Amino acid sequence: MQRNPQLNERGELQHLLSIEGLPAAVLLQILDTARSFMSVSEREIKKVPLLRGKSVFNLFFEPSTRTRTTFEIAAKRLSADVLNLNIATSSQTKGESLIDTVANLAAMHADMFVVRHASSGAPYLIARHLSPEIHVVNAGDGRHAHPTQALLDVFTIRHYKGDFTGLKVAIVGDVLHSRVARSEIHALTTLGVPEVRVVGPRTLIPAQVEKLGVKVFHDMASGLRDVDVVMMLRLQNERMNGALLPSAQEYFKAYGLTEERLAVAAKDAIVMHPGPMNRGVEIDSAVADGTQSVILPQVTFGIAVRMAVMAILAGNG
Amino acid sequence: MPQPDAEALLATLAAAMHGRIGPDTALVGIHSGGVWVAERLQERLALTTPIGTIDVAFYRDDFESRGLKADVRPSAMPFEVEGRDIVLVDDVLYTGRTIRAALNVLFDYGRPARVRLATLVDRGGRELPIAADFVGGSLAVSADDVAVLERTPAGRLSLTITRSDGAA
Repeated sequence: MQRNPQLNERGELQHLLSIEGLPAAVLLQILDTARSFMSVSEREIKKVPLLRGKSVFNLFFEPSTRTRTTFEIAAKRLSADVLNLNIATSSQTKGESLIDTVANLAAMHADMFVVRHASSGAPYLIARHLSPEIHVVNAGDGRHAHPTQALLDVFTIRHYKGDFTGLKVAIVGDVLHSRVARSEIHALTTLGVPEVRVVGPRTLIPAQVEKLGVKVFHDMASGLRDVDVVMMLRLQNERMNGALLPSAQEYFKAYGLTEERLAVAAKDAIVMHPGPMNRGVEIDSAVADGTQSVILPQVTFGIAVRMAVMAILAGNG
Repeated sequence: MPQPDAEALLATLAAAMHGRIGPDTALVGIHSGGVWVAERLQERLALTTPIGTIDVAFYRDDFESRGLKADVRPSAMPFEVEGRDIVLVDDVLYTGRTIRAALNVLFDYGRPARVRLATLVDRGGRELPIAADFVGGSLAVSADDVAVLERTPAGRLSLTITRSDGAA
């Protein structure tokens, strides 16, 4: 059997490309390490010297503010030198291939690449073409995976709920186009969450998604009943243009998370969203800013989780 | 071989510190053994400032060869480090690299007025210009021997030396 391309011959994390196929022990190692990094961000001097002298390249072939910024802060708190490359406006428009771009950057002695790309599999392609001491972190590729988002989500769940083994979790919205949903499903099932639900209109739920170990619901009232965690997905505006959805207002009527709809969930249920939110489309402002919302803590936790991922990769040589 | 008596070493260490620390002195234990020793010293010396704890994992100089251990405990300074008289506490003083890392952690919290070092045992073998101010005792062991401090649920300390030839 072929080795998982993310792991080295000792079973340690070499790249973080996807949650799929990673053992629970590796996920828990990241979550445990992230917990220790939480305290670093609360200190007077918010830096530790682990990645001193290392160069981290943020390669964003697709726009992103939050993810890129939190990766940048995380790398800087580890004392790395960070370079942000906005490739959409750079040499790619001059016709340079992805591999050539990366080979050139590797020749500048990069130690780690954080990659966001519109094509699924692009971070894997890059990892395969680099020498093994250079690490790659997938910051979102096409519809495939967004592993650090899923990790910060399960970190958030663990922070508020303590344990994964008694939970019901609902992932709500456009599962079909969502790399976040795919990574979340893998993370939750790997960590032993007994009931993972996906909730959304038929047009936005992928066929045979049950094979990933989730239950499918097409209405909010039954999908959210008794759940401990509600994970909202962002509804991308461009989906309105096709035949998938009638309008943002129609979508909100059927699937928008309101206080009334949330009331069927467990009393202490938490509400999460990966951002950026479309208020009044997938989530009502009263919920987004309400007492059950942990959307802003998710952002804070995201820094510690990304610090943990980068420190573990660098420590694995 | 006879094992050292950790409780007797602790008594000697506490006696060495008695009268040489002020009411505002803070003990900072280095995980894990140093924290246990600091807790016991805190009690014996009747100090009122809560103890700080340091995990040096994020500051080690062998990170690239050994990687990051998973169970790094958060460092905590439940007092203002700036201008404070501090005694770093460790269980076994050896190469001095842990103490170097611990000093770096400490200075990321502020600028202490003074830092001294207390250790339950000094086993020699220093690789850096670091010395302890307070010592419970010294151990004559060779470089391959391993000294491990353990704590019973009741809080008693025991020190076990494992010789490189395997004999305890």
